[in-house]
Amino acid sequence: MRVLWLLLAAVLTALLGAASLVIGSREVPWTDVLAALQGSADNLNQAAVTKRIPRTVLALLAGAALGLAGAVMQGVTRNPLADPGILGVNMGASLAVAVGIAWFGMFSYTAFIWTAILGAAVTAVFVYAIGSLGRGGATPLKLALAGAATSAALVSFISAVVLPRADIAQSVRSWQIGGVGGAGFEGIGRMLPFLIAGAVICLLAARPLNSLALGDELAAGLGERVAVARAAAALGAVMLCGAVTAIAGPIGFVGLVVPHLCRLLIGVDHRWLLPFSALTGAALLTASDVAGRIIARPEELDVGIVTALVGAPFFIYIVRRQKVREL
Amino acid sequence: MNAVPAAPQGPASHGPVSHDPSASHGPAPHGPSASQGPAPGSAPGSSPVAARERGILAAPPELTGAVTHSRLRRGRRRRLVVLVLAALIAGVFLLTLMVGQTFYPLDQVVRVVLGEDVPGASFTVGRLRLPRAMLAVLAGACFGLGGVVFQTMLRNPLASPDIIGISSGASAAAAFAIIMLSMGGVQVSIVAIAGGLGVALAVYLLSFRGGLAGTRLILVGIGVAAMLDSVTAYVLSKAPQWELQEAMRWLTGSLNGAGYGTVMPVLVALAVLGPVLLSQSRALSLLRLGDDTAAALGVRTERTRILLIVAAVGLIAFATAATGPIAFVAFLSGPIAARIAGPAGSLLIPSALVGALLVLVADFAGQFLFGLRYPVGVVTGALGAPYLLYLIIRTNRTGGSL
Repeated sequence: MRVLWLLLAAVLTALLGAASLVIGSREVPWTDVLAALQGSADNLNQAAVTKRIPRTVLALLAGAALGLAGAVMQGVTRNPLADPGILGVNMGASLAVAVGIAWFGMFSYTAFIWTAILGAAVTAVFVYAIGSLGRGGATPLKLALAGAATSAALVSFISAVVLPRADIAQSVRSWQIGGVGGAGFEGIGRMLPFLIAGAVICLLAARPLNSLALGDELAAGLGERVAVARAAAALGAVMLCGAVTAIAGPIGFVGLVVPHLCRLLIGVDHRWLLPFSALTGAALLTASDVAGRIIARPEELDVGIVTALVGAPFFIYIVRRQKVREL
Repeated sequence: MNAVPAAPQGPASHGPVSHDPSASHGPAPHGPSASQGPAPGSAPGSSPVAARERGILAAPPELTGAVTHSRLRRGRRRRLVVLVLAALIAGVFLLTLMVGQTFYPLDQVVRVVLGEDVPGASFTVGRLRLPRAMLAVLAGACFGLGGVVFQTMLRNPLASPDIIGISSGASAAAAFAIIMLSMGGVQVSIVAIAGGLGVALAVYLLSFRGGLAGTRLILVGIGVAAMLDSVTAYVLSKAPQWELQEAMRWLTGSLNGAGYGTVMPVLVALAVLGPVLLSQSRALSLLRLGDDTAAALGVRTERTRILLIVAAVGLIAFATAATGPIAFVAFLSGPIAARIAGPAGSLLIPSALVGALLVLVADFAGQFLFGLRYPVGVVTGALGAPYLLYLIIRTNRTGGSL
């Protein structure tokens, strides 16, 4: 049954990837798509498809990374509302990159990624520390509030950093919406090692996450080093979000929606949940990107806007359920 | 103010009722603000009430005296705070009129304000600086009032309009009206108000499920705010580059280009909706005890709440339409007012004054302090953020009202 769902998700992702190559403001026949995939760019149609290839790859990779990161974060915090966007982690990465560009004149992708990961890590620790103070530990409400408030604060800081620099304001502003449109293979190539490292850490953390889901005491009783497991899993998730944010901007809600859907379909075992979340995340982000191109034809909606419009109602739905269940 | 008159003869029947909201629950921030007040007076202040309810004591006169005394003292402190705040606002107001690219001495400024025609100063002060300063004061007061109403009503300092999406709604609507529909002036205000009210209604309805839970409302609001912010971001990305300054207003709030035309709607809104809120301040402080208690004490909870929400959202939306969502002013005013005014009585007027002072000072600092002209929202955002985080930390640590 699980294998079936997994196969289904893989097929769906592949289909959406193909759709992302075909659909756009220019109608392209299949023959040209195939030709473009083989590297030819002889006519306008093929050139258009060639431009769509890196974008599709980035959407698939970013979606997979965000879905995986969301699932891990929900596992680590045992909190159904955990999501790189809601917890402010993506915004922390954005601020770090904005500071890097505006103050230190950074321009290489690798520098972006390192800075973003650093910013994401600091923000994640900070938000979790604030959210878990006081009675009851890190309840969903406290974490979400801490994250939302931190995000609001970070947005102000980003404005303050970017505003004096009229020369970079426009590019930072469009990057800050979150989109995969401007992707090139160079950025993707730089991002890939970080994604692989993060994904490996996250997948290795699947079994510890299963123990953590039983509660800290029980997990410790089962021989799990709780603090180490939690820190390692969080590090993996932070690497994924930071790298994606550096290249594609802060994209919210993918990490929230995907794990919930997956948990409904495939159950709570993280060894299955994590890969499945990655696949579904890739499918969701690619679908959002394609939808953004269809809705606003001939212009396009940035994918960050589409995911927010899709994801926020889902967030509200989770909140509205009778009680916010602990994971 | 409403707690004081009851005190002198306050017999057992009236005393506990009007006393309870101020002493036991405390306004937005908790703990320190209560204990830093008259410590010997306020701590026992609640104990005779509790004791009386248990029927152990029949209110010995010396205790009633202590309660009366501490209540009077807190009332005095509140009046003093209001006076000091008003004086500060007046002082900074005059300062912003005097200082700028050109300095004008006080007597010239006063003559311009009184309507005389002073060569040079009449234009700079009367046309440029005066409307800007007026807008700062009015918008700040609107944000402060609207914010503290929500914070008090939902019993959570974090439940301010800028966190639960109401400012985002007004802002998104205004940005849409300006950039997509090419509207201007009063039309934008109307659209912003419709947006703010619509969002408030949506958040209210979405979080209403067998009664209203404050926490659910906040979380729903966060979700709605995220959605609306992305709409604003999209609309702004469609704006031409040369409108960046204008666009920034809808992200952070700014007083640039203020004229009497933008001041008037805000002034009217404050003049109409402010008294409405003030007339409900007693019901508001009773709502803080919880719906059941408030209803038992004669408050028509749903009706009062809707009235409060509409008036508060109206204030926020009018101010947002004029200046954009000035970050964190609605959020900060209430808690700051509670800290300096102490827990006695209604916080509405102190918060309005704190809001006005915040915007006035932040705008002044943004114009002249950093060598580069920042819009006021960036200053309040950057200065407000640490306080916001401090507040969350403290609320979480004390357990607070979360």
